[in-house]
Amino acid sequence: MSLVERQDTISQDSAVWSGGMGSVSDYVALLKPRVMSLVIFTAFVGLMLAPGSVHPVLGAVAILCIAIGAGASGALNMWYDADIDEVMTRTRKRPIPAGKITREEALAFGITLSIGSVVLLGLMVNWFAGAFLAFTIFFYVIVYTMWLKRSTPQNIVIGGAAGAFPPMIGWAAVTGSVSLESFVLFLIIFMWTPPHFWALALVKNGDYTAAKIPMLPVVAGETVTRHHILAYAVLLAPVGVAPYLFGFAGPVYGSASTLLSAVFVGLAFDVWRKREGDVAKAACWRLFKFSIFYLFMLFALLLGESLVAGLIAGA
Amino acid sequence: MNDDNKGITLTEEQKKKRRSRSIAIAVILAALVLLFYIVTIIKMGPGIMDRPL
Repeated sequence: MSLVERQDTISQDSAVWSGGMGSVSDYVALLKPRVMSLVIFTAFVGLMLAPGSVHPVLGAVAILCIAIGAGASGALNMWYDADIDEVMTRTRKRPIPAGKITREEALAFGITLSIGSVVLLGLMVNWFAGAFLAFTIFFYVIVYTMWLKRSTPQNIVIGGAAGAFPPMIGWAAVTGSVSLESFVLFLIIFMWTPPHFWALALVKNGDYTAAKIPMLPVVAGETVTRHHILAYAVLLAPVGVAPYLFGFAGPVYGSASTLLSAVFVGLAFDVWRKREGDVAKAACWRLFKFSIFYLFMLFALLLGESLVAGLIAGA
Repeated sequence: MNDDNKGITLTEEQKKKRRSRSIAIAVILAALVLLFYIVTIIKMGPGIMDRPL
């Protein structure tokens, strides 16, 4: 969404410009709204769990800035990955491969929003949170998108950190610092990301192969990926229960997270066990869909418990 | 601007899209003005006018 439309002075024969075709909704699509919704939710939970208080308007500004920063990362990711988005069926309809927005427009949009969200968060909330947001955008765009994604099958393991930072930024918006509790929230998303994406990668293996992205199933094969999914699911289980073990979540969270983690491991075991045909694909889809529910439920339970505890304390 | 140097000629669709984007930018700028006003009041309180120049 350029502020000033280009008025290039080129010869009249070639004075047809392919840019400027993006509608407002195309620019919204550049922000990856579905990813953004998870970022907003987890950042909000981080903000609500943090000790101390923040003015509600400033809290809303913090969430808005984190959301815009995440959206800006998405736009910059689409700018850089336009070539592979064009090849993959899952991403072929994104605004750049669909010819609605040019790469230059996406780059300008992403940079503008990145700077705007960081400065706004710094000025209005605190500069630690602003710097943390800047680091998250840097990590997602430079470390993950430009470096890891095309070079190592561990791309989403390390790159997953970018998606795990939002609750820490939400926490930092209130406290101006990080803590063990916020690190545990980070760790839950960090450990959750690999089995979540590898379950999808097993189903969409052909897409990633065509795009020459070294996802684990492409490089190491489906069997090794299944081993990894099960291992990460087993490691995730205690991390999912950790908020209760560390004493910042109550017994409701403790029991529910134990149950949810057991189901997660069970579904991962199912993926590990079923390796051929439609049943294998169905097992992967089940794990992928449940993983989204799992993460949502853990954070919703943390939020619910803290709200109830706050109400009881205030009564 | 002479005839040899007319620059880009936008199509009707491009003009339409540009208009919708311009409206969106105007709305966002207005919202930012309001946000800065509200946050200024919140952070500085009613004593905002009571300060040494």
